[in-house]
Amino acid sequence: MALIEYRDALNQAFAEEIERDPNVVLIGEEVAQYDGAYKVTRGLWKKYGDKRVMDTPISEAAFIGMGVGASMLGLRPVIELMFWSFATVAYDQIINNAGQIRYMSGGLINCPIVIRGPANGGTNVGATHSHTPENWLGAIPGLKVVSAATPYDAKGLMKAAIRDNDPVMFMENTLLYGNRGEVPEEEYIIPLGVADLKREGSDVSLIAHGRAVLTALKAAEILASEHNIQADVLDLRSIRPLDEEAILKTVRKTHRAVLVDENKPFCGVSAQISATIMEQAFDDLDAPVARVCSLDAPAIYSPAVEPLQLPTPERVIEKVLKLA
Amino acid sequence: MPKTEVRSTDYANAPINENLSTEERVKLLREMMRIRRFEQVALKFYNAGKMGGFLHLYIGQESIAVGTVSLMGDNDHVITAYRDHGHALAVGMGMNECMAELYGKATGCSKGKGGSMHYFAPDKNYWGGHGIVAGQTPLGLGLAYGIKYKGLKGAALCFLGDGAVNQGVVYESLNMASLFDLPVIYVIENNKYSMGTSLERSSVVDKCLAQRAEAFKVDWALANGEDVYEVRAVTQQALERAYEKSRPTVIEFQTYRYYGHSVADAKHKGGYRKEEEIERYKKQHDPIVIFKNRLLAEKAITEEQFEAIEAEIKAEADESARFAEESPYPTVESIYDDVYFEVDRQTEAGRTGRFFFNN
Repeated sequence: MALIEYRDALNQAFAEEIERDPNVVLIGEEVAQYDGAYKVTRGLWKKYGDKRVMDTPISEAAFIGMGVGASMLGLRPVIELMFWSFATVAYDQIINNAGQIRYMSGGLINCPIVIRGPANGGTNVGATHSHTPENWLGAIPGLKVVSAATPYDAKGLMKAAIRDNDPVMFMENTLLYGNRGEVPEEEYIIPLGVADLKREGSDVSLIAHGRAVLTALKAAEILASEHNIQADVLDLRSIRPLDEEAILKTVRKTHRAVLVDENKPFCGVSAQISATIMEQAFDDLDAPVARVCSLDAPAIYSPAVEPLQLPTPERVIEKVLKLA
Repeated sequence: MPKTEVRSTDYANAPINENLSTEERVKLLREMMRIRRFEQVALKFYNAGKMGGFLHLYIGQESIAVGTVSLMGDNDHVITAYRDHGHALAVGMGMNECMAELYGKATGCSKGKGGSMHYFAPDKNYWGGHGIVAGQTPLGLGLAYGIKYKGLKGAALCFLGDGAVNQGVVYESLNMASLFDLPVIYVIENNKYSMGTSLERSSVVDKCLAQRAEAFKVDWALANGEDVYEVRAVTQQALERAYEKSRPTVIEFQTYRYYGHSVADAKHKGGYRKEEEIERYKKQHDPIVIFKNRLLAEKAITEEQFEAIEAEIKAEADESARFAEESPYPTVESIYDDVYFEVDRQTEAGRTGRFFFNN
């Protein structure tokens, strides 16, 4: 297997789907001639041209709405937000048009678009650029939300998202784009709604998505080597649809759950997971569900402090040790 | 407000109109009458408590939907805002499905899930029916983009009100339409009031609203919407520009709504507009009366034929209310249908993971 960067895994997914389906088109700011603000789409415009890879003005509401309109006629736009944080200026198009048009038309219309881009804090760009909106969007029936932690998952999930006939919100991460991981040469797809057990243990379940999965894995290593605690690390991969069975399975095995989540705690994804465990696996728990989220304030700029606002392995370990 | 030009051209002689058969002319009148009668019946039963939510009536503006839609070919598409009954009937949707939607019935065009503001008929190239002011304008851009992407000769007609032109996304869309040479026609139906706020109180106007298109090098036209011939003639020029040059157009039709912003708008009469003004429009500018008189003068129709059409349409509208009344409501279980394509179709992608989170 080739060892490639997260950004290139996504790039391969785009190239393969562009070649497979003439209706797939990449749209966004700087995605074509500039090769992508984070080089995720590099080389694609040169190879596939203006028709398949399209630069837009800085008009998120119009180009997302344009993608939604085009999808109604059968196109499959893959739309980049340079930062998911910029979705705030296109919320009407995402929530009301992409998210509700199938329902309000009584199922006459579907909207096969992907909206994608980085959704993370931790890069010292201030609160306006550091939102993690998977919980905002996961709260909207009609939208699907995906979050990839590894290059392998990024490629497989992106291909599933592009082929999906519903609007998929795909959360990437600028801190992960340069990470390398094994990606097979042969084609593969990772279905939405299927979580992945990234590490097996028996004492506690660490449940996470996106970069928090890597935080949980690091914590799990230290818990094993220094505290003789073996953790399951479950990567949700998909927020909606959600693999509840996998969540319940790991909780029923370890009887303890620590949810690691770069969302803020109030109505974060982990709040929903916590409710799910309480509602469906209360009797299996030996301790209350615990959470490690981003500290509940706007994202701070200070490079020295911002890393501590996000979940860290240390905070995860501390929480696990309290449960033990 | 600066005075707008009033042109005196007789659009009956425009090429797109002069070759209309008698039948086609009568059909234009008939379609306008259908919209009006449908909405009159809807209003009656709205007031009788049969419907929920809002009811935004199109009465007074019928010539615009009918005139523009009458020019549509197979590759032309329509999208509009929440005052959408007129466009829906004009594209050929049935009164039954439209009335049943107002009643919130399962037989409604959107299975009772959309309501008055959200009619759809993709099989008739009609893409809604959108509730958020100007939210449909980039979707119209996307329809045009889709037409061009597929290499088809067609246009997207995207309707918006005079209130919508003060939303930012309209200008994002106009910029992109011009930049990318997209065949979209933005049709501003200027009925002079955005809810209770007059044009003078909401908008900076030089010649007219459509003139704002100049900033984007987009061709524009200002026309009198009360004359269905004029509506057709002006729209035809925009369609040709879309077909031949793949260029956008903004058209502003001056028009008037007889009822409030919605039926719930109690202040429209004697509040933000004078009763005399409403009466003046009804008497002097009614698109149906104007076109009926024209057809009488052209001897395309007789008074008896007109009355016969009126009776037919009344029966059709009454029947739609009966159909709606007798139709079943959607079931509570059906709330979960039509949310996700993959779940509805029970595809492989619709079977992995949980989609709905009830406890």
